[in-house]
Amino acid sequence: MNTGNFIKITYREAIKQGIREALQKDENIFLMGEDVGHYGGAFAVSKGLLQEFGSERIMDVPLSESGFVGAGIGAALSGMRPIVEIMTVNFSLLAMDQIANNAATLLHMSGGQFNVPLVIRMGCGIGRQLAAQHSHSWEPLFAHIAGLKVLAAGTHEDARGMLLTALDDPDPVIIFEYTFLLNKEAEIPTTAGAVDITKAKVLRQGTDISIISYGACIHKALDAAKELATAGINAEVIDLRILRPIDDSTILTSVKKTNKVLLVEDAWASLNVSSEISARIMENAFYELDLPVQRLSGVEVPIPYPKHLEDAALPQTSDIINQVKKMLQYG
Amino acid sequence: MVEFKMPSLGADMEDGTLVEWLVKPGDIVKRGDIIAMVDTQKGLIDIEVFDEGTIAELLIKENEKVPVGTVMALIAGSNEVIHHLEKPVMEQVSETTTPKEVVKAVGIPETPEPKHRIKASPLARKIAADKGIDLTRIIGSGEGGAISKEDVEKAIIEQMAPLAGANIVSDQLPDQKAESIEIKKGASTESIRMAVAAAMSKSNREIPHYYLETKIDMSKALAWLMDANKKRTLKQRLLPVVLILKAISKALVEFPDLNSYWADGLQHKEAINIGFVISLRTGGLMIPAIHNVNNLSIDEIMNSLNDIIPRARAMKLRSSELSESTFTVTSLGEKNAETVYGVIYPPQVAIAGIGSITEQAWAENGMLAVRPVLNITLSADHRATDGATGSRFLMAVKKYLLEPESL
Repeated sequence: MNTGNFIKITYREAIKQGIREALQKDENIFLMGEDVGHYGGAFAVSKGLLQEFGSERIMDVPLSESGFVGAGIGAALSGMRPIVEIMTVNFSLLAMDQIANNAATLLHMSGGQFNVPLVIRMGCGIGRQLAAQHSHSWEPLFAHIAGLKVLAAGTHEDARGMLLTALDDPDPVIIFEYTFLLNKEAEIPTTAGAVDITKAKVLRQGTDISIISYGACIHKALDAAKELATAGINAEVIDLRILRPIDDSTILTSVKKTNKVLLVEDAWASLNVSSEISARIMENAFYELDLPVQRLSGVEVPIPYPKHLEDAALPQTSDIINQVKKMLQYG
Repeated sequence: MVEFKMPSLGADMEDGTLVEWLVKPGDIVKRGDIIAMVDTQKGLIDIEVFDEGTIAELLIKENEKVPVGTVMALIAGSNEVIHHLEKPVMEQVSETTTPKEVVKAVGIPETPEPKHRIKASPLARKIAADKGIDLTRIIGSGEGGAISKEDVEKAIIEQMAPLAGANIVSDQLPDQKAESIEIKKGASTESIRMAVAAAMSKSNREIPHYYLETKIDMSKALAWLMDANKKRTLKQRLLPVVLILKAISKALVEFPDLNSYWADGLQHKEAINIGFVISLRTGGLMIPAIHNVNNLSIDEIMNSLNDIIPRARAMKLRSSELSESTFTVTSLGEKNAETVYGVIYPPQVAIAGIGSITEQAWAENGMLAVRPVLNITLSADHRATDGATGSRFLMAVKKYLLEPESL
């Protein structure tokens, strides 16, 4: 649906448009992954692309994450621009050796001779009752690895545009896409395209507290901020977007404005992205803090299957509202 | 070694800016010497030293603003040797060395005060440090009594309103154009107004006042004065208020509970230093103290007034004159309202109000007559004293004024 300069599309369609634009732009770009071709992608993201671009450019691969990620690295080293899709982050551990030991290190190990211009897309997120083995939040794990760029596409604009910019990067980039959002509709500019992948983004301006999050969680943060506004609390919401390297300046600017910080993410609290953000705030903005930095993170258990327990294991909109009120003593 | 600290020039003063050192290391100072000029919301104040010795070290730089109680200089006693040789070593210890540690370095043992840690957010601490706010005076609203930015900002508004005024209005110092020192901030009409507002609000909020009034037949006192003035030159002539001040000081000797501070209980003050309210032509008040009034002769009190009033109006008062009053007298002077009820200047516990002396119908011994009458009031802190004490005090003042020769 086209409304003036904006178009309402699903998150799935936004990803697909990004891939399509990339494939149209550069013949060296190709998509490889499990079921991306004939089946149209496990989440129907690449539906129709095989017919449009042919089997050379939309490549189904065997169920071997280590193998096809390694193949993607090889292609990248040989001058191609592969988009490797790992169906979900849950299977990425099988490819971890290729990612951490090859993609992330080769530039360094070759004395700067070999860049690895590889983009890996992974479906991720929790909240669809897929139980412990299919509900991982491995963003912190990847964000830990030097040599990678790690992006989290929490918004439709980023789902549409992050891939394009990532493909221009001479080094490996991991993009987390949130399957929970696939059917969610939002308006994006009809001109939407490549986006910056260096800066965090203030999604909502506020003065009372900074709620910092990434991925699908930002929508809970935005909902909470909207609700808090009715109670007279003006919360700022920041989408980190780039989990590695972290954009300190946007965060610190916000901390200096609000003096209070709540970090929200689905990943388990111990050593998650919020831990890192909190540490950076301590190091760089300690004297701007009027309250201890607080975190809302996943409960440290394997994610349960039953809906009510799964919900209880994750920070929810109501948790964010309550935590902010508690921090600001509107209680 | 003696620490010379930023003095408190009134209960409402939080900090001061050192404008100029009038001494340098090695100078010999004695009690009463003016060694520094400090800028407060009440204007530029000459700061006296109360010890004898040699200036060992100046710890505060000019134009630096420090909280009350900050050690500004170290003074070596007359028998002490200044350890010049140790100085480079002390400097190496770096800027973080606190003055206290410097004192220890020259070998004076000191028992450290037990300090409980104040819970305050880093931001609150930073703001408090910048603004010279004493965190120990703030009750935090946060978890476990933690002090937040908002708490400090409230404290700034409540306690430091005069300072804010001083910041806003600069370069408007009356009578200070001749100063050779460049003053960036100073007492302005507005800042003095704010200082008065803060002190009086605190008084009315915290002190349960009670009020007493009596009328005194001043004919004897005025006759005595007229007689006394015949022998004096125009310059030396005495005003009725001098007699009244003397009478009050003698009465205060009898009622020490009224010559006291209220701070966690009643604290008697040995010296009777009467703060004399002087209204400034530009608005606002100054309350310089006349020290030990009970020990001064009538002429000496008159001289003090002649000295202090123009200096107060020019805002050229000494630190001890602004900080050490133990009781306040507000006097309306001639041709003004007959009665004035004062508001106590905390932490003092009483203030006497002197109205204009007016001719009134006076009944005495079954006869009516016209007499010059003084309406004198006492506003006193009911936490410190009761009406009976206040009443006996006023009767004592009356007794002295009825026997002026006894003064």
